[in-house]
Amino acid sequence: MNMTQTVMVLLRRELMLAMRRRGDVLTVLFFFVIVASLFPLGVGPDPKLLRLMGGGVVWVSALLAAMLSLGRMFASDYADGTLEQLILTPTPPVVWITGKMLAHWLVSGVPLILVAPVLGVQFGLSNEALGVLVFSLLLGTPVLSLIGAIGAALTLGLRGGGVLVSLLVLPLYIPVLIFGAGAVDGAMSGLGAEAHLSLLGGILILAFMLTPWAVSAALRISIE
Amino acid sequence: MINRFNKYKYSSPATFYGLAGRLIPWFYGAAALFCMAGLYIGLVLAPTDFQQSEAYRIIFIHVPAAWMSMFIYVVMAFWAALGLAFNTRMSFMMASALAPTGAMLTFVSLWTGALWGKPTWGAWWVWDARLTSELILFFLYLGFMALQAAIDDPRRADRAGALIALVGVVNVPIIYFSVRWWNTLHQGASVSMTKAPSMASIMLVGMLVMALAAWMYTIAAALSRARCIILERERNAQWVAQMLEAEA
Amino acid sequence: MNWHSWSEFFYMGGYALYVWGSFGVTAILVAGEILLLRSHRQKALELALNTVKYGKVKNDENET
Repeated sequence: MNMTQTVMVLLRRELMLAMRRRGDVLTVLFFFVIVASLFPLGVGPDPKLLRLMGGGVVWVSALLAAMLSLGRMFASDYADGTLEQLILTPTPPVVWITGKMLAHWLVSGVPLILVAPVLGVQFGLSNEALGVLVFSLLLGTPVLSLIGAIGAALTLGLRGGGVLVSLLVLPLYIPVLIFGAGAVDGAMSGLGAEAHLSLLGGILILAFMLTPWAVSAALRISIE
Repeated sequence: MINRFNKYKYSSPATFYGLAGRLIPWFYGAAALFCMAGLYIGLVLAPTDFQQSEAYRIIFIHVPAAWMSMFIYVVMAFWAALGLAFNTRMSFMMASALAPTGAMLTFVSLWTGALWGKPTWGAWWVWDARLTSELILFFLYLGFMALQAAIDDPRRADRAGALIALVGVVNVPIIYFSVRWWNTLHQGASVSMTKAPSMASIMLVGMLVMALAAWMYTIAAALSRARCIILERERNAQWVAQMLEAEA
Repeated sequence: MNWHSWSEFFYMGGYALYVWGSFGVTAILVAGEILLLRSHRQKALELALNTVKYGKVKNDENET
């Protein structure tokens, strides 16, 4: 079986498993919406203030929602022994790891992208800003899955799980946040979002090339 | 007879333990000397600044602490890489030994930054690029220590910590660049720590001397901590038993 | 020499709180770390001595 086929098989498996546990997916989505809605409750409903904050708030909420979902990436496979089996297969780990990260993004990242415009409207973002918001999330959420996978792999089976992963992964997420929210800001202020989006794209490419190796090393460290 | 330098000699915890024990007092001594010299330069010799009056003297702690906090993280990552590459226990132990001191110096840099910012810029915290990057560096240190603390198996803890340290060190330039970018865009509160008093050379000398003091201190503390870690890990080894009996 | 008296030195041009707050907290943290290192060493020595006296400690995960 060649590499694309392996990835496809894994992808199908992950998506099937996610469909069986739809609740997990929906909880993350609801968390995203709730967190974003907390901000206006905290700072007041002044439309000018909310429009300024909108991009940043949606982005921070997306970050936190992505982090919540990281625990699921390897935990159940680790628990039932599938992970060890995957490592034992002749396929190079980076291949099926990429499949897993892709699946995670499809299940936990894409829903955020789809719902974000609704939240953006609640913050009064302009149409152009909404478009940039969606595009920035499209570029950024895969990076969250890619980098988050490293944290998930390192903390396999550890107690204190979710909080520990946050501490490890949030500092690494910061550049993505800065460029993602900055893009929306740029679109609204008229300075343009191209620079931010290009940098985001660059980070995506870099992450895509490097993280599978780091995750592979991390899994080996956690399992042996 | 040619004496061949055995580079693997000190990767044995037993040899390292002895060597470190002999070196530690010298490093503490050097730290104390440099510190006294640096404090004398900074608090007594250096002239009062025209704009910031005496408050600027905080830089004699703030800047050396910031420099060291970054330097230590890189050194930690270096030991982590060595450990992963050569699978030497001692390398991992050095990385673990450095982290708490690095975190402490990062905190000092943040604390003194706040105390410098208040009289100079009017705010306890300014989100300028350097301070914000220091804050993120603090989180990176804490993450490393928390991860190692959460793992019971020393081998897994060593290697997991090493990996996160390496991932961190690769990200530091990216984080710093993005924070600088973010800071220049939001020029609203355009206060910057980089607008320090233009450096009279004596001020620079004072900072360098204090940086040396911090460096000597870090080595002493890290060696000391490494020895403790060795004792804990190697307590079942023959050489530990022999050494303890000899000392008794 | 900048200072004409000790009290001038401690006053630090009105910025005593900030300057001495900085130097002071740093001194406390350094002293604290040294004390923690001392106690770490005591505990490690105790642990090692107990192991030597009573043989291998149970639940010893360090088999290397």
